[in-house]
Amino acid sequence: MKQREVITPAEDDIPKSSGGNGSSAPLLGSLAEPTIFELSKPGRRAFSFRSTNIPEYSLDELVPPQHLPEKQLRLVEVSERDIVAHFTRLSMRQYGVDVGVYPLGSCTMKYNPKVCDTVASLSGLTNMHPASDPKLSQGWLKILLCLEEAICEITGMDSATLQPSAGASAELTGLLIMKAWHSSKTTGFFEKGRGYETRHKVLIPDSSHGTNPASVALSGYDIVTVPSNSKGLIDIEALKSLLGDDIAGIMLTNPNTLGLFEEEIAQIAEMVHEVGGLLYYDGANLNAILGVTRPGDMGFDIVHTNLHKTFATPHGGGGPGAAPLAVTSRLAPFLPGPRPYRLDNGSYGWTTPAQSIGRVHSWHGNALVVARAWAYILLNGPKGLKQVSQAAVLNANWLKKSLQDTYDVPYDNFCMHEFVLSCETLKKAKGLSALDVAKCLLQKGFHPPTIYFPLIVHEALMIEPTETESLETLKELSQALKDIARATPEEFGSAPSTTVVQRVDEVQAARSPLLTWDAVSNAAIGQDTRNA
Amino acid sequence: MLDFLGCESLDQLFDTVAEPLRFNGSLKLDKAYSEPDLLTKMTEISNENHTVDELVCFAGGGAYDHDIPAVTKALASRSEFVTAYTPYQPEVSQGILQALFEFQTFISRITGLDVANSSLYDGATALTEAVNMAASFTKRSVLFISDGINPAWREVLTTFTRGTSLTIVNFPLKDGITDWEASPPGYSESEQPPAGLVVGYPNYLGCLEELSVARKIATSLGAALIVAFDPIAMGILKTPGEWGGDIAVAEGQSLGIPLSFGGPYLGLIACKAQYMRYLPGRIVGQSKDVYGKKAYVTTLRAREQDIRREKASSNICTNQTLMAITAAIQLSWLGTVGFKELALRCAAAAKYTKQLLLNIHGVEPMVSSPTFREFALKVPLDPELLLERLIGEGFLGGIPLGKEGILIALTEKRTRGEIDAFAQAFEKALKR
Ligand SMILES: Cc1ncc(COP(=O)(O)O)c(C=O)c1O
Repeated sequence: MKQREVITPAEDDIPKSSGGNGSSAPLLGSLAEPTIFELSKPGRRAFSFRSTNIPEYSLDELVPPQHLPEKQLRLVEVSERDIVAHFTRLSMRQYGVDVGVYPLGSCTMKYNPKVCDTVASLSGLTNMHPASDPKLSQGWLKILLCLEEAICEITGMDSATLQPSAGASAELTGLLIMKAWHSSKTTGFFEKGRGYETRHKVLIPDSSHGTNPASVALSGYDIVTVPSNSKGLIDIEALKSLLGDDIAGIMLTNPNTLGLFEEEIAQIAEMVHEVGGLLYYDGANLNAILGVTRPGDMGFDIVHTNLHKTFATPHGGGGPGAAPLAVTSRLAPFLPGPRPYRLDNGSYGWTTPAQSIGRVHSWHGNALVVARAWAYILLNGPKGLKQVSQAAVLNANWLKKSLQDTYDVPYDNFCMHEFVLSCETLKKAKGLSALDVAKCLLQKGFHPPTIYFPLIVHEALMIEPTETESLETLKELSQALKDIARATPEEFGSAPSTTVVQRVDEVQAARSPLLTWDAVSNAAIGQDTRNA
Repeated sequence: MLDFLGCESLDQLFDTVAEPLRFNGSLKLDKAYSEPDLLTKMTEISNENHTVDELVCFAGGGAYDHDIPAVTKALASRSEFVTAYTPYQPEVSQGILQALFEFQTFISRITGLDVANSSLYDGATALTEAVNMAASFTKRSVLFISDGINPAWREVLTTFTRGTSLTIVNFPLKDGITDWEASPPGYSESEQPPAGLVVGYPNYLGCLEELSVARKIATSLGAALIVAFDPIAMGILKTPGEWGGDIAVAEGQSLGIPLSFGGPYLGLIACKAQYMRYLPGRIVGQSKDVYGKKAYVTTLRAREQDIRREKASSNICTNQTLMAITAAIQLSWLGTVGFKELALRCAAAAKYTKQLLLNIHGVEPMVSSPTFREFALKVPLDPELLLERLIGEGFLGGIPLGKEGILIALTEKRTRGEIDAFAQAFEKALKR
C-alpha cells in the first residue's frame, strides 16, 4: 500500500459515549466554543457500520494506483459524546423563532406548527429514492400535485412547477419562461440569440428585493428601474413613459417591500399587457393576501411563492426552502419538467411540457418542503389561511401605530403584513442609527427587524411581526423600541453587551478572510494543517 | 386591537385592496384538519410509497441510500438551528455561523481546495454556479463539458445558462472516460477558448476519469478545471485539489441527508483561493468582536445580491444551511477513520456486486474503465422491463441507461445476503 498509516488506533478501552470537554462555560458567553477540529483527540471514534459479511479487499484491489491520494485526508477524531456536546452548545449560542419573536421584514419568520415537522419526517416520505418508478411513488406524486393545485388556487393561477429550490431560483425560472414565451411569438420556438432581441427590457421598482435585479441580469434581460412615488407605490406616469414594444415584462412584489399594496395594480397590469409585456409577481411572501386577493386576479402571468416564508417551513438558519412557480395556462407549455399529473384512472405519473425550458433541479425540487407546506395548508383550511393574513396585517398595523410617534413613518397608510420605519430623525438628533436600534434590541433579548432595506428608505427598519405573535409580545417589542429611542449615545453605542459576542468586526473579516479553521491555524503557525 | 387602530372591522385594514380585486369566495381547499386527522391522512398517503425500507436499493445516479446515525438526526433537528433565519445578526447567530465555518472547513478538506461556501441548492445548481464563476473569472463564454456528467445536471446547466449566452460544447465518452481529443460538432478550434472544462470524478457511469489529462488540457487553454465529485469517494481517492482542480462541486446528499424523493439536498462548492471572490452565496469567516473575542460573521458580502443587486456574482439568497449543518455533524461522526472506512465499504460492496452480476450469462460491463461505487452494465433485456421484474422481487435495481444498460450503485448499507439475493433475482429476471 502506498499510504502511510498515521492514524492512532481506536481507544478500545474507552466507550464511544465518553468525551466532551467538561465545562459549559461557552454557554455563558465568557468563553468561545472551540471548533470541532480543536476538540479532536487521537484515537476517538463515533462511527458505527452495519455488519455486511462482504469479503474484504485491500485498497490496491479497489483503487488503481494513480488514483490513490498521496496524503492521508484528515477530518477529526471525536467521540459521539464530543459531537453531541459541541453541537448542542452551538445550538445554545443561536436565536431562533422557537426562542422568541423574530420580526425580520420580508422574511416571514413565524412560528411553524411542529406537526409539519412530523409530517416531513415520515419514513414513507424520507426514504424514497427520487428515481423510483411512478408506480412506487404514488403517494409522493399525489402530495406534489395537491400542493401544486393548492398554490394555484391560492394565487389564482393555472399550473405550477415545484422544482425551484428557493425564490431566487424561481425568479430566474420565471424570467426564462417569459423569454421562451416571447421567442415563441416571434420564431415559433425558443432558441438562443433569436427572436427576443426586440424585447430586451424588464422593469423592476426601486424598492425591489436584491434577488430580482440579480435574476434579471442572469436571464440576459436589461434592467430598467421604475421609481416609486411619494406614497411608496409605483409611479404610474414614470411607468407609462418607460413602456414600449421593447418591454418583455415587469417584476413586482405586492404588497411591495414597504408593506404597501399597489393600489393601481389592475391599471398597471393593463398598461403592461397593452404593450405586449408579461407581469411577474414576486410572491416570496404571501402572508398578507391569503384568501384576500390573488395575483392571478390582479392580472399577473407568473407568480412564485416561498414555501419557506408563508407555508410553514422554518428557515433552517438560511435554508432549505422551496418556491413553486405558478403561471397562467398560456405559459404552462414552457414550465420545467417533468411535472406530476393525474391519469384518467386516478393514478399519477410524470409528464414534460411540450416547449419546456428544461429542468431547474437535479430531481423534483425540495420535496420534503413541499410536503410540509401541504400539511400546513391542510391544517389551516381556507378559513384558517385567511385568518393568518388578517392577523398578520392586524399585528403589523398595531405595531406600526404604536411606534409612529417614536420613529419616522415614511409612508403613512394602512400597511399589509409588514411596514418600514426610519431612524433618520433620531440619527440626526443623536446619532442613533438603524444598526444601533438592531443592536439595542439584541441587548434586550429580541431579534431585530431587517435593517437598511428597502434601499429607498434611509436608516430603514423593516418590521414584520407575523400572525403568530401575541399582543403581549407586540407590546413588549414596542416598549423596547420606544426605550431604545430614548437611550443615550453611551447606552446605544455599547449594545449589545449581553450576547455571547459583541459587535463583530466585519471589515477585518472581509479584508483578510479566514474561511476555514485551517486558514486560521495556518495564519497562526505558518504551516499547512490540512493533511498529516 | 382594532379599536386602537380606529377600525371597525378587519376588512377595513384591507381598504387599499380595491373591491374588484378582493377575493370574496372561499378558497377551494379542504377544510381544516385537526392535528391527529392530518397525521392519519399524511401517514396513509406516505404509505402509498414503496420506500427503500421495502425495496432493497441499488439505485444511485446522484442519490444514495446510506445509513444515517441517530446522532446526526437528533442534532440537526434542534429547533435553534431549524427555526433560525440567515445569520444576519452575528451576536445571536454564533451557533449557525460556527457550524457553517466548520462545514466550510470540512468541504475544503475533502476537496483539497482552499475555500468553500456555506452551501448551494443541489449538485446541479452547484455545477451551474461553478460554470458562471469560471466564465466571469476568464471573461469567456464557451464551456467544455464531459458527457460523463449527470444528464439531469447538464439539463439544469443548459436551462439556467440560456440567459448568459454560454456556448456548451459536449465531449463524448470513450470506454467510460471523457475523450477530450474528440472534435465535437459545432465547435472549431479557431473559436474562443473555453472558460472551463467540466468532468466527473467518478463520473455518472461510476468511472474514475484521468483528471491529469483534463488538467493538462485546461492549463494549455487557460481554462478552469471544474470537477464534479462524489464526496464519499474522497475517503480513498485523490481529491479534486490534489488533481489540480480549480473548482469542485458535488451533491452532498450522501453526507447524512435522507433520500427524501430528491430534496432538500445539498450543493457543495469549493475553489482555489484565486477564485474566492467569485464564489456565490453565503460565506462565513472568523473575525473578532469589539473586545477582541473570537467571533464568526458572514463575509465577502460585496459579492451578494442584497448588496450588489444586478452586479452580484449570483442571485442566490436562501441556501441549504440546515443540510450543511447536517453534513458537518455527519462528517464529525465519521471522522478521519470512518470517512475512509465508509469509502472502502462502498467500493468493496460495488466490486463484490459487479463480479457476481458479471457471472450472469449475457451481462457485460458497459465500459471497462475502473469504477468506485457505481457501475454500468449492458443487459440482454429492455432495462425498464428488467427493473420492473426486479421490483417484483423486492429490489430497486438501478437506473436505466438508454435501451441496453443499467446503472447500479452500492453503499455501506448493502449486506452480502442482500447482494447475493439481488444477483439471483437478476438472473431470474433475465431468464424469464
Ligand atoms: C420579496 C422577496 N423576494 C425574493 C426573495 C428571495 O427568495 P429566496 O431567499 O428564497 O431566494 C425574498 C427572500 O429573501 C424576498 O423577501
